[in-house]
Amino acid sequence: MAEMSGSETPALALVDLNKAYGALKVTDHVSLDVATGELHAIIGPNGAGKTTLIHQMSGLARSDSGHILLDGQDITGLSMATRVRKGLARSFQITSIIPGFTGLENVALAVQARLGSSFRLFGAVSREERLNAPARDILETVGLLGRADLPAGLLSHGEKRQLELAIAMATEPRVLLLDEPLAGTGPEESAAVIALLRKLKGRYTIVLIEHDMDAVFALADRVSVLVYGRIIASGAPDAVRQDPAVREAYLGEEGP
Amino acid sequence: MTPLPQSPAAVETRLPATRAGFMRREWLPIMLFVLLALLPFAAMLGPEKYTLSLVTRVMIFALAAISLDLILGYGALVSFGHAAFLGIGGYAVGILAAHGVQDAALQVPVALLASGLFALLTGAISLRTKGVYFIMITLAFGQMAFFFAVSLSAYGGDDGLTLASRSKLFGLAWLENDRFFYALVLALLIGCYALTRAIVASRFGRVIRGAKENPVRMEAVGFSPFRYQLAAYVIAGMICGLAGVLLANQAEFVAPAYMAWQRSGELIVMVILGGLGSLHGAIIGAAAFLLLEEILSGYTEHWKLIFGPFLVLVVLFARGGLLGLLARVRGKDRADG
Repeated sequence: MAEMSGSETPALALVDLNKAYGALKVTDHVSLDVATGELHAIIGPNGAGKTTLIHQMSGLARSDSGHILLDGQDITGLSMATRVRKGLARSFQITSIIPGFTGLENVALAVQARLGSSFRLFGAVSREERLNAPARDILETVGLLGRADLPAGLLSHGEKRQLELAIAMATEPRVLLLDEPLAGTGPEESAAVIALLRKLKGRYTIVLIEHDMDAVFALADRVSVLVYGRIIASGAPDAVRQDPAVREAYLGEEGP
Repeated sequence: MTPLPQSPAAVETRLPATRAGFMRREWLPIMLFVLLALLPFAAMLGPEKYTLSLVTRVMIFALAAISLDLILGYGALVSFGHAAFLGIGGYAVGILAAHGVQDAALQVPVALLASGLFALLTGAISLRTKGVYFIMITLAFGQMAFFFAVSLSAYGGDDGLTLASRSKLFGLAWLENDRFFYALVLALLIGCYALTRAIVASRFGRVIRGAKENPVRMEAVGFSPFRYQLAAYVIAGMICGLAGVLLANQAEFVAPAYMAWQRSGELIVMVILGGLGSLHGAIIGAAAFLLLEEILSGYTEHWKLIFGPFLVLVVLFARGGLLGLLARVRGKDRADG
């Protein structure tokens, strides 16, 4: 793709995205550019449509109109699985792992999805070092290597959040969509997840939805504020914090 | 969210891949197969023909139950029309034999092709639905196959079709020998067990097992479960079709009743009775089901009055089926000793 002078193609771009459930507009003419390597946080009060927006980006929900571009390529009509293979991974607000698989198997599964050949009917998959070695590396990065052989369902809530991030990383995404990775974690657990997010920052382009304002303002390069499906402000964290419309609509309630 | 499964299968995948691990994992199926291999010798001491015929039948249904366990136990695909494949395999033998094609070398490929094709077509439609709808649509396809067989008036219609003899094997009438037939069925049972065991442990099997527990997660790592589930459905259908070929030969008779929805229900009961998602549980379930039926029906024609409550008890108190019960008893022994 030809580069325009001075401005690179954004890693992820939303162009005039819309979605309504019946008469309720949950995504209202949202346009957003996320630059490569940026950590872009989306905040907003409950019911602002943040999770729906992530569902639309990841392909779990269809958009009524508008476009989603991944590295300049239109992915609006693609399924979630295809988007993942193109480099757009996500985590879920409610932890989504495979509880009966071990941590290692959960991550190795994502490695397998990337490498292909999943119609192979023979050969014990649990002994494939091609899958297990990269999976172990990632588990080490997220600090779960010691728990790798435990069924994922037995992990603590915080560990499950870390595992879910490990699974997303194993797909080798260029863009990572994180839907409230701190949801439901206690103070200690959330410190571990924040430390992990700090590690991931810069390595991936990240879109982060989060309620924890301390975490958002500590991590984000840019912040967008979503209220009733509209982006009312977008910019550097400090600028957004000072924005009067934002203070009124959102931060006022909880205090910046 | 699905509760944490504690089925034997989930535990199995975590055992070490050593030789000792292999024995610990496989001692029960190996013992089962050794028992089945020795049984004909014991049978010589008693009513041999009756015993061989009964146990051959058990093994054939075990084969069908294994194929169902592959999709039901590992894929959570509750197919309520699985008996259709028994019928397709059976009718492949019956219809070909009626036209003078008696050799299994031709009958078996035709049966496998027909059941595979039926699985591909019905699976491609059924697998677009989930849960109760999947159960209903597979039931509907099973009933379609049933009524199609009923309408085959040239091949006996409702009454079915009696075979003049068992299939030939490359021109030879070996299958007429009950001992040989028993050995052949046992060999096929072991072969299909090993095949399905390899499949569930493979890359493909991991996708099937993952899609059972969390389909959305599978899509979120880049899998579209549909293709894999369809492939598993076709494999299961073909194995069950093979069981149908054997069943027709065992009974020397084919009838629409092979495909009745009650038969599909019985297959599900066998799998659950033995223990879902373990493969050898399906063998134990099929044996328990058919032997209980045989024994109880010897006492009273209302044997289902006893069998029904027994099933209720197993489901209530032995979660994980007979295998789960066995594991618990063994676990208790170990804890006590």
